[in-house]
Amino acid sequence: MELILPIAIIGAVLLLVVSSYNGLVNARNRVDEALGQIQVQLKRRYDLIPNLVEAVKGQMGFEKGVLESVTAARAAAVNAGATGNTAEQAKAENMLSSSLRTLFANVEAYPTLKSNENVIQLQEQLTSTENQIGFSRQHYNASVLSYNNSVQTFPGLLFAGALGFAKRDFFDAPDSEEAVPKVSLS
Amino acid sequence: MATFYDLAAANRRKSALLVLLVIGIFAALATAAGVAFTGGIEGALPYSLFAFGLGFVLTLGAWFGGDRAVLAASGAKPLDPAAGPEELQLDNITAELSIAANIPKPKIYVIDDTALNAFATGRDPQHASIAVTRGLMAKLDREEMSGVIAHELSHVRNFDIRYSLLVAALVGSLALLSDMLLRFAMFGGGGRRDNEKGGGGLQIIVFFLTIILAVLAPIAARMVQLAVSRQREYLADASGVELTRNPQGLERALAKLAGDKEVLEVATKATAHFYIVNPVKHFETRAAGFMATHPPLTDRINRLRTLRGAQPLLASEDRARE
Repeated sequence: MELILPIAIIGAVLLLVVSSYNGLVNARNRVDEALGQIQVQLKRRYDLIPNLVEAVKGQMGFEKGVLESVTAARAAAVNAGATGNTAEQAKAENMLSSSLRTLFANVEAYPTLKSNENVIQLQEQLTSTENQIGFSRQHYNASVLSYNNSVQTFPGLLFAGALGFAKRDFFDAPDSEEAVPKVSLS
Repeated sequence: MATFYDLAAANRRKSALLVLLVIGIFAALATAAGVAFTGGIEGALPYSLFAFGLGFVLTLGAWFGGDRAVLAASGAKPLDPAAGPEELQLDNITAELSIAANIPKPKIYVIDDTALNAFATGRDPQHASIAVTRGLMAKLDREEMSGVIAHELSHVRNFDIRYSLLVAALVGSLALLSDMLLRFAMFGGGGRRDNEKGGGGLQIIVFFLTIILAVLAPIAARMVQLAVSRQREYLADASGVELTRNPQGLERALAKLAGDKEVLEVATKATAHFYIVNPVKHFETRAAGFMATHPPLTDRINRLRTLRGAQPLLASEDRARE
């Protein structure tokens, strides 16, 4: 009879550990899934960019620098993505987003490009991909927040480190997202 | 503010209640009619069973085929994203906002009509469809279309679509059934009652009860439908803006819809409550009213303006607009 109390206590502790372990795994899976969703869209953007650059290259003789910076930013983003460091990748992707915005703004200055069906379609696809990245990033950051919370608070705090549940990085939104790039039309 | 989880849970609950309520009214009506026609509660049993069966079949039909029926009745055709830039854009916008709403991308349909309107239907986010008119695709820019699609996706995410579908199927057939009963009571039932011997007093009471029920039931059901549907439009506007984070897109879209005087031919009274703006009436009568399925558009625009801290439109501006 006197065994009942210790057994009950051990049982309760085990239950707590198991349920919070499962919670951590669930939260981590959600983070991975959300990151996977972003990666799919980033990949799509990598694939679309060379097509757009190709489509506008002939017309935009004077803005060669813009095209080069887009191509360079794309390469940097692909490289940063390969390292698996989310914070670095987010930074590189933000650079790419802003160079793309500059390119879009430049296209506006060329009536022949602006009315080119192929360019319109590529721009639409890139705009949509950009928006999808933005929304996926919100989901990713929300799931990282809830995962980090469970890693850093009791009871997860007690064994998260020992079991390899490390804190995850946010996929940061760019500071200058609202800023519209200045384009000289003279 | 209630989260969409609460709203979705409430809509699931209301849908179940609606089914029970309508089947209950069916059974009560049929039993009363049975008593009136046969003169005894025993004779009424087949009537009650028939009503139960009918309610059950109708619910199943709405659940599994209601969305297709509504789409077919509206002449909606599946969207081909490769058909042109507007089609591609609509497909893309829906994909983006489905990510924002965290639901699977619904099927998209186009209604070949120049009127400006859109609706969503289905039983849950996994089985949802959105339909927009060709006119809407032509007249709205990307931001405005995003506002409208976000509004529709909010209906999907909140399970408004399930409730609307059941309302359409059940309230519609309830109206049909009481209509039938009224006819029976006036012509068939009346004649038979004279031939009965004894127990006439009770039968007359039941007979009048039948008529009262038959008259009141569809009115009551209609009132439920209206009250809920108007509130849901405000909610879908607000949670749509939560998705796009851009109140001005939907605001401008609603202003364009308000300016559109065209009547959507394919919409009927039974499907009117699905649409983003009332498709049946002209704007003057669309604007307000106790029996309207949709709140006044100027009111919705003003609520959106308040969201972004802008001054509401003045009443005189309203009149100029209308």
